[in-house]
Amino acid sequence: MSEQQSYAPGTHPSLPPPASTVGIVGWVRENLLSSTTNIVITILTIYFLWVIIPPSLNWLFFDAVFQGADRNECRAIMKEAGANGACWAFIGHRIELLVYGFYPEAERWRVNLSFFVMLAALVPILFDHVPHRKKALWFSLVSPVIIYVLLRGGFGLEPVPTANFGGFMLTMVVGVTGIVVSLPLGILLALGRISHLPAVRIVCVTFIEFIRGVPLITLLFVASTMLNYFLPPGTSFDLLLRVLIMVSLFAAAYLAEVVRGGLQAIPKGQQEAADAMGLKYWQSMRLIILPQALKISIPGIVNTFIGLYKDTTLVIIIGLFDLLGMGKASLADVKWQGLSTEVYVTVAVFFFISCFAMSRYSLYLEKKLHTGH
Amino acid sequence: MTEQEQLSEEEIAALEAVAPELKVSDELTIKIKGMHKWYGSFHVLRNVNLDVYKGERIVICGPSGSGKSTLIRCINRLEEHQQGDIIVNDVALTNDLKNIDMIRKDVGMVFQHFNLFPHLTVLENCALAPIWVKQVPRAEAEETAMKYLTRVKIPEQAEKFPGQLSGGQQQRVAIARSLCMNPEIMLFDEPTSALDPEMIKEVLDVMIELAQEGMTMLCVTHEMGFAKTVANRVIFMDGGEIIEENEPHEFFDNPQHDRTKLFLSQILAH
Repeated sequence: MSEQQSYAPGTHPSLPPPASTVGIVGWVRENLLSSTTNIVITILTIYFLWVIIPPSLNWLFFDAVFQGADRNECRAIMKEAGANGACWAFIGHRIELLVYGFYPEAERWRVNLSFFVMLAALVPILFDHVPHRKKALWFSLVSPVIIYVLLRGGFGLEPVPTANFGGFMLTMVVGVTGIVVSLPLGILLALGRISHLPAVRIVCVTFIEFIRGVPLITLLFVASTMLNYFLPPGTSFDLLLRVLIMVSLFAAAYLAEVVRGGLQAIPKGQQEAADAMGLKYWQSMRLIILPQALKISIPGIVNTFIGLYKDTTLVIIIGLFDLLGMGKASLADVKWQGLSTEVYVTVAVFFFISCFAMSRYSLYLEKKLHTGH
Repeated sequence: MTEQEQLSEEEIAALEAVAPELKVSDELTIKIKGMHKWYGSFHVLRNVNLDVYKGERIVICGPSGSGKSTLIRCINRLEEHQQGDIIVNDVALTNDLKNIDMIRKDVGMVFQHFNLFPHLTVLENCALAPIWVKQVPRAEAEETAMKYLTRVKIPEQAEKFPGQLSGGQQQRVAIARSLCMNPEIMLFDEPTSALDPEMIKEVLDVMIELAQEGMTMLCVTHEMGFAKTVANRVIFMDGGEIIEENEPHEFFDNPQHDRTKLFLSQILAH
């Protein structure tokens, strides 16, 4: 035992913590080497990473072939080098198809432009400290119209049928539309489900339970085939539009339950305080209840969004070719047979970037909205 | 815990000296007549009759479950009564939302658990209702908010969030928030019950100041020191009924009803 310095009562100063509990040393001790089990797991993990990572990097980059006219050329180059890597030349040849689908080549700038319009529209929505945010939000509000015109044509732009939509662009159209439409719809459904008005409540509960009780594929089938029976003969109802509606409704039903969970976590006193101050129902919802409920629901909401985004791959079943569908389709090329790994890795990278971005944003948002309660 | 722990002898003396100055008008502001309320089949308020005059400071006490909180929560329609009349400033409380809104504009409420809005700053908490309910311009509403925050002695906390304040500070913000709506009547629902002993006094001080300024106050509390010195009338409830009401000296020194005597002997015993 080291000697303890003594202080008069009430004069004990704040002392720095022991060196072994802070800094890198402290972190390693605490997180990697805190117990025998922990040490064993740490060693196993390091070994596992050592086994996995170098070969993966070799396949992905160091032994990979980036130029070539077909599979055989790829093979020949690799044989010469005595390596076995990915044949990215294939993806190089197919990347436009993967991104734009069958969108007319001459018009692809419109897809690029609408992508940037979307990004520009998202910035003021997602971040607070944007110069001229109020004006920028007006742009965000009209941006769906701009994007619609850009993609579909009109106003002097050559019309492009939605049947030509495909690849990553279709994934984005379905995913982003689904997210944008389902959030407000989900919030309304959640409020409706806990409403005091029986009619509203019954409609919302029925809707949510029905949609949640049916697989998305079933809904997509209904959208693609059965809807025709219910519509008057001769009406043509765009297939993509039907898919968008179904995907949005599906996600809305899930979101409604996520948001309801958040609403239930808000103490009753908040509503009472808002009532006592004379706020009207919509005012208290918008200003008091929803900001708090949505904040709590962020992880669940983003979870649903990510799920929705990945579920867009299901549209392949009703004959739309999204990113994954395009990838699968391009595998049929005789010149490039047997390169499915390359295609799926590419598709996975696209999806991972999108989903990881959403996940990181949700963490950022949670941190930003934390007010110490 | 007795009132002696909250207020020193001198303070009580000082307050008692003020008390007679707390005039009560003969202008009726709340009239409750033959009011009943049930929770499901549980009869929680039974034939409550109460007239409140402008400027009165009424303390409502009684054992838990006696319906005292429910009673004041009926006055601004946080709870619905099923029978009888409640008339606030000549407006009858009915299902008519217009009437409810009118009454809520005149009646402020302070809760046991403060119920501040945790996602808004102290200043935003205070300015919110004036901006949205009374359509006061933001700058003006914030100025008023600062005025009342200064009155409850925490103007320096305006930019903080409620979660960063102590309980006593939060309750003072809650009082300031109610005052920002410029209410004629203030309802207090056990405002000090969730506070540490050290913080009770700072909240009571604010309430005493309010009383001195002539605010009509209905206060459910267990602070008997506050009741003795500030109230002009004490109401004792049990089993959903008003058992006894009297001016504080008579109430504490000469309780009429056996149930009141028992209650007082229990809360003042230690």
